[in-house]
Amino acid sequence: MAGVVVAKGLVKEFERVTAVAGIDFEVRAGECFGFLGPNGAGKSTTLRMIHCFLPPTAGHLEILGLAVPGQCRRIKRHLGVVPQENNIDPELKVLESLLVYARFFDLTRAEAIERAGELMAFFGLEGKENERPDNLSGGMKRRLTIARALINKPQLLLLDEPTTGLDPQARYQVWQRLFRLKEEGVTLILTTHYMEEAAQLCDRLVIMESGAILASGEPEQLVADHTGREVVIVGDGALRPDEVEAVAGNLYRDKLVLGQDLFLYTNSGPELLAALGNLGFPRLVLRPATLEDVYLRLTGKGLEE
Amino acid sequence: MRWPDLSYLTWRVLGRHLAVFRRTWVVNLSFNFAEPVLYLTALGLGLGAYVRPIAGMSYLQYLGPGLIASSSMLSTAYECTYGAFVRLEYQKVYQAILATPVSLDDLVMGDILFGALKGILYGTVILIVLLVLGLVTSPWALLVPPVLAVAGMLFASLSLIWTGLFPNIESFNYFFSLIMTPLFLFSGVFFPLDGLPPFLRELAWFSPLTHVVNLTRGLVLGRLGGLPGDFLWLVVVSVVLLPLPLRLMRRLVLK
Repeated sequence: MAGVVVAKGLVKEFERVTAVAGIDFEVRAGECFGFLGPNGAGKSTTLRMIHCFLPPTAGHLEILGLAVPGQCRRIKRHLGVVPQENNIDPELKVLESLLVYARFFDLTRAEAIERAGELMAFFGLEGKENERPDNLSGGMKRRLTIARALINKPQLLLLDEPTTGLDPQARYQVWQRLFRLKEEGVTLILTTHYMEEAAQLCDRLVIMESGAILASGEPEQLVADHTGREVVIVGDGALRPDEVEAVAGNLYRDKLVLGQDLFLYTNSGPELLAALGNLGFPRLVLRPATLEDVYLRLTGKGLEE
Repeated sequence: MRWPDLSYLTWRVLGRHLAVFRRTWVVNLSFNFAEPVLYLTALGLGLGAYVRPIAGMSYLQYLGPGLIASSSMLSTAYECTYGAFVRLEYQKVYQAILATPVSLDDLVMGDILFGALKGILYGTVILIVLLVLGLVTSPWALLVPPVLAVAGMLFASLSLIWTGLFPNIESFNYFFSLIMTPLFLFSGVFFPLDGLPPFLRELAWFSPLTHVVNLTRGLVLGRLGGLPGDFLWLVVVSVVLLPLPLRLMRRLVLK
């Protein structure tokens, strides 16, 4: 079966910048697909093209077998969109806001009331029907925004940084719901700059920077391919690279300089750590490699810069 | 030229605006209604006592129907500048609606319809006040709301064109001081244009409000001479203007 989203040579140019510089990817039915990268990488722009908000400058984009931009009305009927900023109608009460939104998808009032009730229960918003959105906590507002995106039972749910700005508990509550939606067969596409979010939720992901895709694959596979199992961080190691090379040159696959620190990527962490133990470095840390290391290796810089 | 991508969902956009308006209409309507009533009292009764009758009308009779037109125009203008801009830029309601099957043209058209509807509503409230005061002397006054509908489409387009060209909240002050206030003062709401220098009189013909005032005054008082021409002027100009806000708002939203 063809992908739920198929993009080939997708480009988006604005007046002065190229936000997306010709990318290819395919999202399969039922999976959670992630766009990982720093601010300005082109993740949100890509997402906005998928939900027909921005017309692509060039390339081929197909959603659920329908072409963008020609079939946008039909595409949007089957999509749920959770934007980066919550945009719940501030002037309507919570339930009313869901009901008004349902009308744009042709739900009857009875259908809308039933669906809104299910969603409010699913997202832990019972009893908030007559609240004003401004009176809800940040986590609740976020869950309400996701609930609204599900009012039309979408086949494909797009989430632009679903948990940015939430505290750990609120973030976990959102993740739990997203896991359950995936179990129910909803295809999820999300952007994030949290490595942990990508690792926990995504079956497959692409790492983007400056409008291009740097790498793609399953999170574990990306880590295995690009870094190795473990990382040894050598404090001040970058000041004495020759010494490190001399005693342990055969124990690591690759290295990266970050400030004065040296990152060594390896599959034999304990041996490497032992070999470096006598050189008197102020700090030696051994930890499992993560997506963050993949990102650091691919871009040579930190994500939050 | 691109043909607008419109559907029945335009009416759902209007429905959304009405759902919000239902929460705020009492406050909304009473504020907008207070101002013309103040004008009516201060100028119609106060100043009017010193003004000699104009073409057989007392000053209150003359002024009242003019205020129907101006009140209608101003309420539409507020809605389609401040109102539309707040939805787009601060509340991000536009973006939320565009994630549904609603097209951008549906959305902008929904805003135009809502702006026009507000114009009908606020103008009709003044008409009712005039009726209560015994200042409505002709059953032709029943045609005032349809006239306000056409005028509302025109003023909604005009205001959204400004919003599309100068999309920031400060710019709306200029819209009101440079465009709305001159229209308000020089379109025959307060005095007949005949007394003006010929240059200004000709200029006033280009003011849409002049034609709306002619129509509301003529219909309320049953003086129908020349009204078809005024109506035609409004219809033609509103049809000509309509594509512009659709195009300009597209540029603004998709930035």
